[in-house]
Amino acid sequence: MTELERYKYDVLVIGAGGAGLRAAVEAREAGLRVAIICKSLFGKAHTVMAEGGAAASMGNVNSGDNWQVHFRDTMRGGKFLNHYRMAELHAKESPDRIYELEMWGALFDRTKEGKISQRNFGGHEYPRLAHVGDRTGLELIRTMQQKIVQLQQKDAREYGNAEANIRVFAELTITEIIKEKGVVAGAYGYWREGGNEVLFEAQAVIIATGGVGKTFKITSNSWEGTGDGHALALKAGANLVDMEFLQFHPTGMVWPPSVRGILVTESVRGEGGVLTNTLGERFMFKYIPDVFKDKYADNEEEADRWYLDQDNNRRPPELLPRDEVARAINSEVKAGRGTEHGGVFLDVSKRIPAEVIKKRLPSMWHQFYELAGVDITKEAMEVGPTCHYVMGGVEVEPDTAAAIGVPGLFAAGEVAGGMHGSNRLGGNSLSDLLVFGRRAGMGAAAYVKSATAVAVSEASVKAAADRIQAPFTRAGGENAYSLHQELQEVTHNLVGIIRTGSELKDAIEKIADIRKRSQNVSVAGDRKFNPGFHLAFDLDNMLLVAESTAKSAIAREESRGGHTRDDFPGMNDKWRQVNHISSYNGSEVVVREQKLPTLPKELFDLFDIHELEKYMTSEEIAKGGSN
Amino acid sequence: MARKVNLRIWRGDSNSGALQNVEVEANEGEVVLDVIHRVQATQMGDLAVRWNCKAGKCGSCSMEINGKPRLACMTRMSSFEEGEEITVTPLRAFPVIKDLVADVSFNYKKAMEIPAYEHPADLGPGEARMEQIDVERSQEFRKCIECFLCQDTCHVIRDHEENKKSFAGPRFFIRIAELDMHPLDMLKNRKRTAQEEHGLGMCNITKCCTEVCPEHIRITDNAIIPMKERVVDVKYDPARWLGSKIRRREG
Amino acid sequence: MSGVFSPSRAQIKERTLRTDKWWLQPLATFGVLFSFVIYATFRAFEGDYYYKDHLISPFYSPCLSEACVDEAVIGGFAPISAQIFNFPLSPALIILIFPLGFRMTCYYYRKAYYRAFWMSPPACAVAEPHKKYTGETRQPLILQNAHRWFFYAGLIFNVILTYDAIISFKNKDGEWGAMSVGSLVLVFSAAMLWMYSLSCHTCRHTIGGRLKHFSKHPIRYKAWTTISRLNHSHALFAWISLFAVAFADIYVRQVASGAWTNFYFFE
Repeated sequence: MTELERYKYDVLVIGAGGAGLRAAVEAREAGLRVAIICKSLFGKAHTVMAEGGAAASMGNVNSGDNWQVHFRDTMRGGKFLNHYRMAELHAKESPDRIYELEMWGALFDRTKEGKISQRNFGGHEYPRLAHVGDRTGLELIRTMQQKIVQLQQKDAREYGNAEANIRVFAELTITEIIKEKGVVAGAYGYWREGGNEVLFEAQAVIIATGGVGKTFKITSNSWEGTGDGHALALKAGANLVDMEFLQFHPTGMVWPPSVRGILVTESVRGEGGVLTNTLGERFMFKYIPDVFKDKYADNEEEADRWYLDQDNNRRPPELLPRDEVARAINSEVKAGRGTEHGGVFLDVSKRIPAEVIKKRLPSMWHQFYELAGVDITKEAMEVGPTCHYVMGGVEVEPDTAAAIGVPGLFAAGEVAGGMHGSNRLGGNSLSDLLVFGRRAGMGAAAYVKSATAVAVSEASVKAAADRIQAPFTRAGGENAYSLHQELQEVTHNLVGIIRTGSELKDAIEKIADIRKRSQNVSVAGDRKFNPGFHLAFDLDNMLLVAESTAKSAIAREESRGGHTRDDFPGMNDKWRQVNHISSYNGSEVVVREQKLPTLPKELFDLFDIHELEKYMTSEEIAKGGSN
Repeated sequence: MARKVNLRIWRGDSNSGALQNVEVEANEGEVVLDVIHRVQATQMGDLAVRWNCKAGKCGSCSMEINGKPRLACMTRMSSFEEGEEITVTPLRAFPVIKDLVADVSFNYKKAMEIPAYEHPADLGPGEARMEQIDVERSQEFRKCIECFLCQDTCHVIRDHEENKKSFAGPRFFIRIAELDMHPLDMLKNRKRTAQEEHGLGMCNITKCCTEVCPEHIRITDNAIIPMKERVVDVKYDPARWLGSKIRRREG
Repeated sequence: MSGVFSPSRAQIKERTLRTDKWWLQPLATFGVLFSFVIYATFRAFEGDYYYKDHLISPFYSPCLSEACVDEAVIGGFAPISAQIFNFPLSPALIILIFPLGFRMTCYYYRKAYYRAFWMSPPACAVAEPHKKYTGETRQPLILQNAHRWFFYAGLIFNVILTYDAIISFKNKDGEWGAMSVGSLVLVFSAAMLWMYSLSCHTCRHTIGGRLKHFSKHPIRYKAWTTISRLNHSHALFAWISLFAVAFADIYVRQVASGAWTNFYFFE
């Protein structure tokens, strides 16, 4: 075997999506040496898939917007299960994060006055999403990628070496976060290309690995969404919060099969697309929950008027929060009013002229035309729910993004939990990763400056190395590909969009069984760019995530946001006060209840008391927030 | 409706390699990447292939399919004739790592050589004002998903390894054009350096980059030729040169 | 071994694995352009049959010889230039430099002939046969950068050929109001030349492409938008105008030599 490569940095950022890159920029600008790890090539992270935009209450299109309104929308969307402080920081800071990108060269679409244009999106009271056509995520990634290049160019001028202080390690997998004496000391991994192993010594590790979609059969996530960061954090002793909450994006492509799961952005509905069943019925009007009755139109005329006059009409119900729309589509399909491929129709062709569609939704048009042979300016799309986003994630300190319980560990972006409560609003993800990516970078920088470094012990190195070698030492074991498929069947059928206690129990047993068999996975071929080998590690991560999700889901006996229990329909005030905390005891995931932090008075007072009554118990209302 | 298809997949590494025949099932509506994945899951567990989003948005699954640089996720199986043999190889302008995976680090090195965007010092957060018509040209180039198919097909480096050191390639010509057309970028010498340092003059506008671009960016017409014209403005046009001396600024 | 056969690259012995008829387009381009060059050379040296009854071949316009002297209407060029130049060879040799230069340096034709004649590359992802390649960085190809000067010259020629087309609406006695097949041929040829010039990349650059802020120049932006649309079809105009000019010359030649009779719709 080749010799172990060793690197020393101040901060190690695992993940090169939006949150990771933003964190890296912040840590570097604080004067630290930073390494960025990407599992794939630099600039390919799943962030590029984000289409709609980044929510920030700049008020460029409607001056009535401000952080308080954004905060309210976020809490409402999350069904008040959000960590209030995260939602508050997010709402307050996202405009600045957007402006910052502009100063780094991003080119957002503009208003007539030359400001950054903002578009409507589900759950947002005002047009709020800064966007670039429907490829906003790509713009974010590219801008930050280029910002990092700029920092490297500066280092090249000053130190004669572009990679002196910030380096991107592309196509490298981290298999373990190494702790010594209870604090983070570094991380261990291997190059995907050649298979040789790498040790990073770093005082602070920022996890920004994104989501867990690949745990599920139908997902909008790429192969990278295997919950690596969730699992790494769990194993390092951190907690995951509320892993039962998964967002099924209501509109994924359902046909043809090769593109199953790929997203149809919400902007299609924001621009006027409507959902119909096979009877031609615009069914969303039937599914407006009571808590939203005063915000959403209950008839087609008003809904259509809204596109022209947003101040005097209520919004069309197609723009309800994602969980509501996903459940509605699910119900229509179950009631036999879905298409033969298990979806419903989403149509813009009859409502918007072809040129306007191509102008406003260029990559959607492109995606359907090239991948599916469907021209959305002429025909309807077939869509259905697809696993899109995990609200749950690493439990963090809101202000610093520090993972609770593990000094030196930080988490930001999708891998962090709490910000979105039980359901995320569209557009809040891109702004989340900017706001908390930066905060993680700041948090890590402050930590590094105050803490003292600990060295990685040889025992830890050996343990990590053995673990990587293990799959090759087993002959004739299980095939990782088939175990992965089995896991996806279990999650899809038993932990999917609609859940029941008995199925969840079944799922927990099945996941435990697959996990046991996964200990015996063997790999064909050698270490060199071997996807079977890579999957063996991803599988391990996905299994931990699935276990955490299933165990949290069986514990929560209510339906809220991205967690729907057939046997416990409806929200329950009692459960609103509860977070589920997952931890790992070395052999399995353990879930316990923890009380949600109480809304402070000044944030409590932002809401209409009658609205809060829909979510909170009378004692909570009487208390009126904490001081 | 599954059918059997014949694939010829290049397998090997930088030392040796060859095309291997394999028969695999293909279903209705599938793309080449689906079929490669099936080969991987059922017959060649260690077949190396790069991919991410499988939706034509990340530009990872670049390879050559029947000799043409393409994204495997955007090449539908229905585009081949019944019984047609499909040959899949790694990108041939770059060193191979293994099987269908090429070493594209050249492109990241080139990215490092293009001077970054320079924001006006007097414009603070939120103060920038840009008209939509002024950002649209650059926005076209920012659609680039960095699949590097344009780099792969460009004969300047595909057929001449020795040109790699002095030629940035189409992907980075659109980057330069994007910045030169950016309404707020303050760096003034992009035209001159495009020609003198990044090898714009090596391009003989044979348009293969435009032909292969999965994002349909009009690389040649909208970026390279306009940049060549801008270079003429500052380097080869005596009248413009004189004008710029008098007005003391560059186009 | 270089290029796709470099040692670090995937070892594949074929210079291309393309299965389509990639050679067809360069071959066709080669055939057509080569025929045109042969014909144009022949005509340039022929020095005859370029004028008849207010029809002048675009290859020989403006008329630099005394053949047109009886028609001083043609810009008054002929008598003067004939004296100045006292040119022993065919006047087309002087004239053709400009349109030829415009086409030789045209961004579209460059693509066409680099591929078809120089095989650099013959087609996309087909290895080219050359050992070295320096593109347009040194002499003589660096002269391609003079495209805009040929564009300006081309515009002057367009004006002259437009004038010629108008003149062709005179009858044999020099009275206005006639129209013959020849007039239509010349009008079409002039119109296509205008389309070719206006859709040109240099034109697009000059009219607005060089601006950084369109919003400060609304009229130029509008013009740029229109020209950008035309520019999409630049290749098409390049071919149509080439055929139109060649046909106009053939037509005039046949009429002037007496092989064809120019049919008048009204005289």
